[in-house]
Amino acid sequence: MKRFIGFIQKEFYHILRDRRSLFILFGMPIAQVLLFGFAITNEINNVDIAILDHSKDATTKEIIAKIAASKYFSIKQVIDNEAAIEPAFKKGHIKAVLNFENDFSKKLISENKATIQILTDATDPNTANTISNYTASILKNYQGDLNKGATLSYQIVPKTRLAYNPELKSVFMFVPGVMTVILMLVSAMMTSISITREKELGTMEILLVSPLKPFQVIIGKVVPYILLAVINAIIIVLLSLFVFKMPVEGSFFLLGAESLLFIINALSLGILISTIATSQQTAMMVSLMGLMLPVILLSGFIFPISSMPLPLQLLSNIIPAKWFIIIIKGIMLKGVGIEYLWKETLILIGMTLFFIALSIKKYKIRLE
Amino acid sequence: MGISVKNISKSYDKVMALKNISFEVKPGELFGLIGPDGAGKTTLFRILTTLLIANEGEATVAGYNVIKEYKSIRNHVGYMPGRFSLYQDLTVEENLNFFATIFGTTIAENYDLIKEIYVQIEPFKDRRAGKLSGGMKQKLALSCALIHKPKVLFLDEPTTGVDPVSRKEFWEMLKRLQKKGITILVSTPYMDEAALCDRIALIQDGNILEIDTPEVIKNSFPKRLFKVKAAETFKLIQDLGSYEQTHSAYPFGEYIHFTSNNVDFNAKDLVQYLQANGHTDIEVNETAPTIEDTFMELSK
Amino acid sequence: MNKENAITVKDLTKTFGAFTAVNNISFEVGKGEVFGFLGANGAGKTTAMKMLIGILKPTSGIATVANFDVISHAEDVKKSIGYMSQRFSLYNDLTIKENITFFGGIYGLKKADIKVKTKELIEELGLHDEANKLVGALPLGWKQKVAFSVSLLHNPQIIFLDEPTGGVDPITRRQFWEMIYREAHRGKTIFVTTHYMDEAEYCDRVSIMVEGKIEALDTPKNLKTLYKVDTMNQVFLKLARNIE
Repeated sequence: MKRFIGFIQKEFYHILRDRRSLFILFGMPIAQVLLFGFAITNEINNVDIAILDHSKDATTKEIIAKIAASKYFSIKQVIDNEAAIEPAFKKGHIKAVLNFENDFSKKLISENKATIQILTDATDPNTANTISNYTASILKNYQGDLNKGATLSYQIVPKTRLAYNPELKSVFMFVPGVMTVILMLVSAMMTSISITREKELGTMEILLVSPLKPFQVIIGKVVPYILLAVINAIIIVLLSLFVFKMPVEGSFFLLGAESLLFIINALSLGILISTIATSQQTAMMVSLMGLMLPVILLSGFIFPISSMPLPLQLLSNIIPAKWFIIIIKGIMLKGVGIEYLWKETLILIGMTLFFIALSIKKYKIRLE
Repeated sequence: MGISVKNISKSYDKVMALKNISFEVKPGELFGLIGPDGAGKTTLFRILTTLLIANEGEATVAGYNVIKEYKSIRNHVGYMPGRFSLYQDLTVEENLNFFATIFGTTIAENYDLIKEIYVQIEPFKDRRAGKLSGGMKQKLALSCALIHKPKVLFLDEPTTGVDPVSRKEFWEMLKRLQKKGITILVSTPYMDEAALCDRIALIQDGNILEIDTPEVIKNSFPKRLFKVKAAETFKLIQDLGSYEQTHSAYPFGEYIHFTSNNVDFNAKDLVQYLQANGHTDIEVNETAPTIEDTFMELSK
Repeated sequence: MNKENAITVKDLTKTFGAFTAVNNISFEVGKGEVFGFLGANGAGKTTAMKMLIGILKPTSGIATVANFDVISHAEDVKKSIGYMSQRFSLYNDLTIKENITFFGGIYGLKKADIKVKTKELIEELGLHDEANKLVGALPLGWKQKVAFSVSLLHNPQIIFLDEPTGGVDPITRRQFWEMIYREAHRGKTIFVTTHYMDEAEYCDRVSIMVEGKIEALDTPKNLKTLYKVDTMNQVFLKLARNIE
């Protein structure tokens, strides 16, 4: 045990003395969360839209007034017919056209249903999507007012229900993703680099020719990074709680336990990489290409898995990050407990055991 | 209880690194493995330190089999690999402490063994190992390899890249360690260090050319050796190359070391030959062969 | 030296802050000479050599290499010298031929010239069978011989060699020195920096640097006589001890 503690102490010397890596380790999560939270945003403000009102009745006027009053839109143009829609878009600054059908009020009363067509400029699909969601949200509010105290319920189509993130705050979507990326990076890449560095320096030779057991070397390498990763996870959650006022709906305990599981999963991947790679450079390349890219592209962090082609959807299943993102979104945004997440959790546990078993099998007690 | 190597062969892909090597190192002996880079020295060290498994043959270190009893060997040997293999970002003292801890001992416990070496670097104990000079790094590495009182010490090219003064000190340290009963196997590409060992094995291309004491190996040189000098070295080399009585002619410092294929060789004949070819300031003198001469003759 | 000088160094000094790496050194190297530049690690050898090959500016003093001032004509100096070190010489993942072509290219040789040189070089070294093999697969000694030949491609007047034969097997080492002597015989100047004293024995003259200063400069023979010892190694040990 004394040997083991001595080993861990040495690892901390390495980590604490490498100021640059330390700065990146702790600066990166903060920078990424802030970056995704403030700079790369899906939120819209004062988007220019045009109105095409075929009925021009009391209801449509009320709706238009509501939209005009919101800080999200500013009505730049009122047009009279369908033919004018295209020129309005082509000028460039109009991002959406709201097209109210004929006899809007009448239909709403007689058929309990009226339709608004939302035309968006899809050259910027992200904004287009957000605009239609925001509009739908305003319509929904209006509809709610309309139905208050009424015996009959009126319906305005499209009916898009926005659950869990009614204001569509993008930072709420990004926090789970950023957390996943950071934990993967710290755990897998840093561990694999730190083990391969010993190979490169030749110190691994001396460690092998010593009474230290291989698993002691590996666990000793891993423990400091578990701690670092946990600290990082805490920083990210604190940032999202206090800077972005993002609520954690579910249990903190469950969030912590699931994060630890994912950290161990990533660490075992890191060890696996280090058993294959012989240089720090290879370890870094494998970690970046083999782990980071899939985490960013295929986990559902940035691109929704449901809109991927089938082969990629299938591929995404073997990426641990996908399951972790589902879990933490569930805990942080939906506030659900283990009763809804046990399947994903089991998958992560299974993957972790598999990676650990593989690393043990691959780990060499000699040089070749 | 020393080292025993029997018919060891090792190949990487198609390259034979060691070809049927056998030798014994007696307990308490300072044994030198002398040969150029690529001769197979490091491969042999790695087999003996249980880092590699030989394709064929058997070996024991301190009485333990290198394959079956590798764990025991790892408890009882000290190993200093060819490159400086300590933690550059740890201080001198932290490095030593670390190696003491992983071998389950403390600096205080075995201080008497490393004292003579460690006192020389102790003034710098708070300096990071990466900032030490070559000679000091080597002393630290040796201290770390000794901290658990090993029975057998493996030193793979400890003096490569180290200046003459540090080299000399290093060999003096080895002599003192030997007196404490530690068996030492040391490798070096420098032929002049061979004389400092009790016995040596000359190794090239995975073959052992000769094993014996340095004295016996030097005296086994089969021919009379002459050192030849003239004003123009390059022309001298060429003319000696085309001389009919030449067996070998190698530049050796400021001289050319020359042996003849003629048993009744007369130095005067050579002087005459060189004069006839226009050489001036000719010197031809018989000289005592060195380990390096023997090595070249054997590997010819 | 009554002959023409290839290198002239006068009162050359380099300081880094309060530390004087090279302390007021002066020496001359004659054309066609094999000059050994010796010293322990940290004695200032490398700093001095960097100034001579025009990649480090002296603090004070003058140095001319191949008749070019190393400060004002550093680029001309670089064109007139060849450089080979044990640490970096050739690309292991290129074949011998590819290495020659590559280095010929960066030295500005014409395509036709490279072809001729390649053929010459391979013939001279007797490497017909190995010409298309990766350099990494060659024994160290052969690598060093090829590297030396490559450093000669652009026909430099002075060749700087940094510990050229450390660790090379004895016979190949001799062949290497024969090549060096051949080039010296052809009028090229050879400047060898090393801390291996047995390499020093092969040089026409040697200088020994200790703590930034040149403490001895003469032929190996004279130095050995002066210090009443048999080898350059012992000369060095005596010198180092005197300083301490």
